[in-house]
Amino acid sequence: MSAILPLPTWRDEAWRYGDLKALEPVWPKLAGPEKIVVPAGEKLSRQIFELPILDGTKDGVGIVDLDITIGDNAAFALHMLVSAAGYGRVQVKATLGKGAHFELGGAILGSGSQTLEIVTEVIHAEPNGTSNQVVRSVLAEKATGSFLGKVNVARNAQKTDAAQSVKAMLLDRTATANAKPELEIFADDVKCAHGATVGELDKQALFYMASRGLPPEQARKLMLHAFIADAFVSMEDDAERETAEHKALNLLENLL
Amino acid sequence: MLKIENLHAKVGDTEILKGLSLELNAGEIHAIMGPNGSGKSTLSYTLCGRPGYEVTEGSVTFDGQDLLALDPHERAAAGVFLGFQYPVEIPGVSNLQFLRESVNSQRKARGEEPLSGAEFIKLAKEKAGLLQMDMDMLKRAVNVGFSGGEKKRNEMVQMGIIDPKLAVLDETDSGLDIDALRVVGSGINTIMRKPDKAVLLITHYQRLLEIVKPDFVHVLVAGRIVKTGGPELALELEEEGYEAVAA
Repeated sequence: MSAILPLPTWRDEAWRYGDLKALEPVWPKLAGPEKIVVPAGEKLSRQIFELPILDGTKDGVGIVDLDITIGDNAAFALHMLVSAAGYGRVQVKATLGKGAHFELGGAILGSGSQTLEIVTEVIHAEPNGTSNQVVRSVLAEKATGSFLGKVNVARNAQKTDAAQSVKAMLLDRTATANAKPELEIFADDVKCAHGATVGELDKQALFYMASRGLPPEQARKLMLHAFIADAFVSMEDDAERETAEHKALNLLENLL
Repeated sequence: MLKIENLHAKVGDTEILKGLSLELNAGEIHAIMGPNGSGKSTLSYTLCGRPGYEVTEGSVTFDGQDLLALDPHERAAAGVFLGFQYPVEIPGVSNLQFLRESVNSQRKARGEEPLSGAEFIKLAKEKAGLLQMDMDMLKRAVNVGFSGGEKKRNEMVQMGIIDPKLAVLDETDSGLDIDALRVVGSGINTIMRKPDKAVLLITHYQRLLEIVKPDFVHVLVAGRIVKTGGPELALELEEEGYEAVAA
């Protein structure tokens, strides 16, 4: 993305659920992706709890754009909360070397008329790479939450193991969730698992919890907290994971 | 303690309870037996306020208050506990967290001080021990991956921790092997056989009633109590079947 490139349209796969109206005024200001290089054998991680809101936009547009190159036997873990923006977008391109690992855990929490999305492209360029992407969305009112996840496995990237798990919970019938896994596999000895669900809170479980004395709001919160927590399970640092869950819980309270 | 008068209830467009009356006093254990589809589970769900179960006529008073006017969680705080026939799985929510929040919500509603973490764990250990359930199971997500018998045992651990005034137990004996039945049965006795508590035990079989001895046995057929008697009525039913006894 830069001033030179034309504004994307909904015909561009990676932007088909984007809020292009909100994007237009900030488009020329976007600097292009931040490049991250993980040297061979090393392990890096990044947490994004708040999207950087670009100036001069009406409802707040927050965009994170990462281009990550993960060296041989190196690993990168990205965990994020996509929430506080009128239009929030995290787009990530990760290119994996031999035996490299990419971990992504994302929670999307939206209400009002927010449009929030995570768009990933994971390129398994070499053999024995692994990737795991877990996205959980909780959407209320007229919010839209999307995950577009492309996995590309090169011809020689044998023994690739790539997994995607995408689940969305709609708190109102007016909310929208999009989940679009896209697999492009040129190698023949690989494992690419993907699963996507969109649902509502289990009414039976809510009644079960009420029958034990939990008021409806508290029961919903408990279930949603557990649902969102899946996105942070893979965080290795306990203190960081607690921080992430705590921040997610605070955001959840605003949705209920 | 509980007074049900002329209760009519429907699920969707189908009327299932058709004028059911029943009174339970403190210190009593009542068993309700009846053929499939007679309304046993509907009675338990209606008493606990499950959405979709609509009362069209009649009244239910619990300790003098109108039970039907309360929301499900308020009924729990008032002291009514439902032991589910099919306990529900709640992925990701640990039993201990779920129960601690439940107990403290009830205490808050009654104007009592919340239990501290240590107090709660002590209570949970004691009740789990009573039901011979491993504490590790209480740390796991609610009912997830539990066998049928473990789920029922977990219901009784929950009942022990919550310590209700009235327990409505919907086929708590189904899915239990003989040993588990004995543990669950004596758990019910220990927790609920008290002068200030009452139990409404819904069952198909005599065998639980050999351990938890009812003071009264009622036969429910087509949404109404058609016969009431002492423990001997359960034996009679076991031998002769509902049709012969209820006729």
